[in-house]
Amino acid sequence: MAANSITSKFTRNSIGEWFQQQAKSFVPPLLALILLLSAWQVLCAGKKPPLPPPTKVWEETQPYIWHPFFDREYYDVDAKEKVDSPARKELKEKVTIEQGLGVKTMISVRRVAVGYTAAAIVGISLGIAIGTNAFLYRAFDPIFQVLRTIPPLAWLPIALAAFSGMNESLQTIGLNVNEAAGLFVIFVTSIWPILMNTAVGVQQVPQDYRNVSRVLRLGKFDYFITILIPSAAPYIFTGLRIAVGLSWLAIVAAEMLTAGGGIGFFIWDSYNSGKQSELILALLYIGLVGLLLDKLVYYISKFAVQSDS
Amino acid sequence: MQTLDLTDNDQKKNQDPFLVIDGVSKVYQTARGPYTVLEDVNLTVYEGEFICVIGHSGCGKSTLLNMVAGFNRPTAGEICLKSKPILRPGPDRMVVFQNYSLLPWMSAFENVYLAVKQVYTDKSKEEKTKIAKDSLALVGLSEAMNKKPKELSGGMRQRVSIARALSIRPEVLILDEPFGALDVMTREELQEELLSIWRANRVTALMITHDIDEALFLADRIVLMSNGPAAHIAEIIEVPFARPRDRKAISDDPRYYTLRNYILEFLYNRFALADEAE
Repeated sequence: MAANSITSKFTRNSIGEWFQQQAKSFVPPLLALILLLSAWQVLCAGKKPPLPPPTKVWEETQPYIWHPFFDREYYDVDAKEKVDSPARKELKEKVTIEQGLGVKTMISVRRVAVGYTAAAIVGISLGIAIGTNAFLYRAFDPIFQVLRTIPPLAWLPIALAAFSGMNESLQTIGLNVNEAAGLFVIFVTSIWPILMNTAVGVQQVPQDYRNVSRVLRLGKFDYFITILIPSAAPYIFTGLRIAVGLSWLAIVAAEMLTAGGGIGFFIWDSYNSGKQSELILALLYIGLVGLLLDKLVYYISKFAVQSDS
Repeated sequence: MQTLDLTDNDQKKNQDPFLVIDGVSKVYQTARGPYTVLEDVNLTVYEGEFICVIGHSGCGKSTLLNMVAGFNRPTAGEICLKSKPILRPGPDRMVVFQNYSLLPWMSAFENVYLAVKQVYTDKSKEEKTKIAKDSLALVGLSEAMNKKPKELSGGMRQRVSIARALSIRPEVLILDEPFGALDVMTREELQEELLSIWRANRVTALMITHDIDEALFLADRIVLMSNGPAAHIAEIIEVPFARPRDRKAISDDPRYYTLRNYILEFLYNRFALADEAE
């Protein structure tokens, strides 16, 4: 009897505690969200509001909210010919939009992935080169310092101009001029933080680790693999994390100008056709995806980097 | 000559010199002109000896040991190991650093294995693994072998560093205030472990310390450095206690306090830290 009541009391308490713990992290942001939405609702309540209130956004974007991965162009991949499955045919009749926002966002994410990966490879390699060679550092650092301050979109016209002369060779690798220019903007935006941080990380290998390498007479290659790269890794990942944020900023802007699909283009398109509710929903997508990209790089770095303390 | 005198110390003097520091000076070029850290340092170390170097901060102890390790070159004079001049660092003069200098992205085992792999290039992987494991077992770290340095206490990290140094059987073991950052209990424990490992391996050891009791417990000879700039070896004290040493027995020995007071006198009166006037 006594034991029973103690256990039940204990479980009830611990469940209660669990809820209290969760509440601590969920309740404040929830309250803030409700506050902001209410303020928005009140401010945009009039007859001709500057922007639609939350309730109207919710009503007007129903197909986008419920069908993020719908794509009218998409066919059943298992079918031999380009035919839709019966279920998809039904869906196509029901859904009024051309393409869900998830699909559009993925187009942008894919571009970021390509440009960012190229920037990571080139940036880390160049960063190691100028970080380990004092002459190269003195030679290139001033130039990089100037180039890195150029805003991403300032590169877009020059990229378009350069790539339009290379149209044919671009088509052989399946790119059009706009697409290539967009990728280049991502590349040139994200390369500087990666490059500069890698160079600093390589220069800052602690004297202790260098001494270990000297006393053990590690060869160049062993030093590179066992000491230089792991020691610079925290700096490299700092650069990678800054770069992923910047490249997400840049792609949205670049897509607005180059009209090649993607979430950035969708925003501009919605603006031009006066669909403000869609515009607002797209912003939410951009914010959430930006956060996810940042967290992704953060967790990769946590997994990959072993720091001293 | 003294062929009939068979005391410990004279036996050593009949051996060939092992490590010879001969007229060594070190001058650093600074913005305010040349700065002489060490001037005319002479010391002969015999094989298997345990030498402790004591002096105030800034007296150039670390500079001296760095030159033995090969990280620095003397401005004048020469340091020779087995009659060969020391030109660069090498695993024959392995260093136990004050701040452990373990690679934080490697486990204890991997840190030791890196050294073993570098030195025993002709041995098989199994043999090298065994050497690394045995070295860690020697300092009582078999259990914690796969832990990263940040998961280990300061004492355990320094044990890994000692295991790494001993695993490659150096001719000279250089210890730069290895126990300075540890608490008293851990320090004494590690001193005893170091001593028993040193006895078993008969490695020649050169150690910097601030701790007079530590020096008296470990060393065959204690080198007292004068203050910098232009520091030199002021005096060398023979430590007469028989080995194996027992901390309790030593501290009961009347000579212990004579020596201890003598060194204290040296550090705090004859070479007390002067005002910054000079």
